[in-house]
Amino acid sequence: MHEMSLAEGIVQLIEEAAHSEGFAKVTAVWLEIGRLAAVEPDALRFCFDAVVAGTIAEGSRLEIIDVEGSGWCMDCCEPVTLGALFGPCPQCGSHKVQATGGTEMRVKELAVT
Amino acid sequence: MVAIEQNILAKNDGYAEQNRALLRERRIFALNLVSSPGSGKTTLLVRTIEALRSRCPVTVIEGDQQTANDAERIRATGVPALQINTGKGCHLDAHMVGAALREMKLPQQGFLFIENVGNLVCPAAFDLGEAHKVAILSVTEGEDKPLKYPDMFLAADVMLLNKCDLLPYVRFDVELAVANALRVNPTLAVFQVSAETGQGFDDWLAWLDSGLAALALTAASG
Repeated sequence: MHEMSLAEGIVQLIEEAAHSEGFAKVTAVWLEIGRLAAVEPDALRFCFDAVVAGTIAEGSRLEIIDVEGSGWCMDCCEPVTLGALFGPCPQCGSHKVQATGGTEMRVKELAVT
Repeated sequence: MVAIEQNILAKNDGYAEQNRALLRERRIFALNLVSSPGSGKTTLLVRTIEALRSRCPVTVIEGDQQTANDAERIRATGVPALQINTGKGCHLDAHMVGAALREMKLPQQGFLFIENVGNLVCPAAFDLGEAHKVAILSVTEGEDKPLKYPDMFLAADVMLLNKCDLLPYVRFDVELAVANALRVNPTLAVFQVSAETGQGFDDWLAWLDSGLAALALTAASG
């Protein structure tokens, strides 16, 4: 979804960091994107390349760290891996699973010069 | 290396919090209406406004890619409406809504309805500062929409099942649709309504009134 808006959000965060940290060029960007965050990594890469043109991050390498979906099954009373936001518990099949990880979309760090 | 550790939508969420603070201060109960195109959002909104406007101020922000048609339909009911055209954008964001709120004359206490761009995907991720997202599903769509677009039904607190007057003429399993929605979001409140006949509106309007009353109460105690 809305990968272009996300790419614009990433560039805004980079420009704010450049202002506060005082760097002039970004060579690599690390993102953490959870599998439950409804973000298509390929679409995000495409949009990122388009949006960074003309900014301090132009030509930078985009590294996307994939975060597995995880949840807490209320019937099993234990943590489980989750394939989809409303997915069943892989152990008991119950839908009473609360997502606990894998919904993040964060800018983790930058390589700068 | 520079550690950032920030949510990509942090900027939007910051604007949303500003909007929420302003709305709380004015005691305005704000709802973000989301659905696919053609679910009857505007018709539903017009009927809702007609029921509410005699007792309380109502303000509307309309989001569409193009045209001011919806804002004109709302203004015909006599309440102020501001149209945001997102151009190429597929959703409203909190910055656009903040600018609209500054431009409008907001009443002291009342309802604000934000009719989002017809899209069951992108608006789910963008907090606008509303009290609740209200998802509208109509019986001319599929019962499996909540499973196909789970993010939206998870982000919403209320689902209005609209066009229920058409149930005798379409193949639509209400129980299955509601079960699917509750599978995605077990705490979702569901109202079966028809914007055409007014069926089910008593419950929907009562929910709106109780939301506004609760807001006035917290504002008074805060």
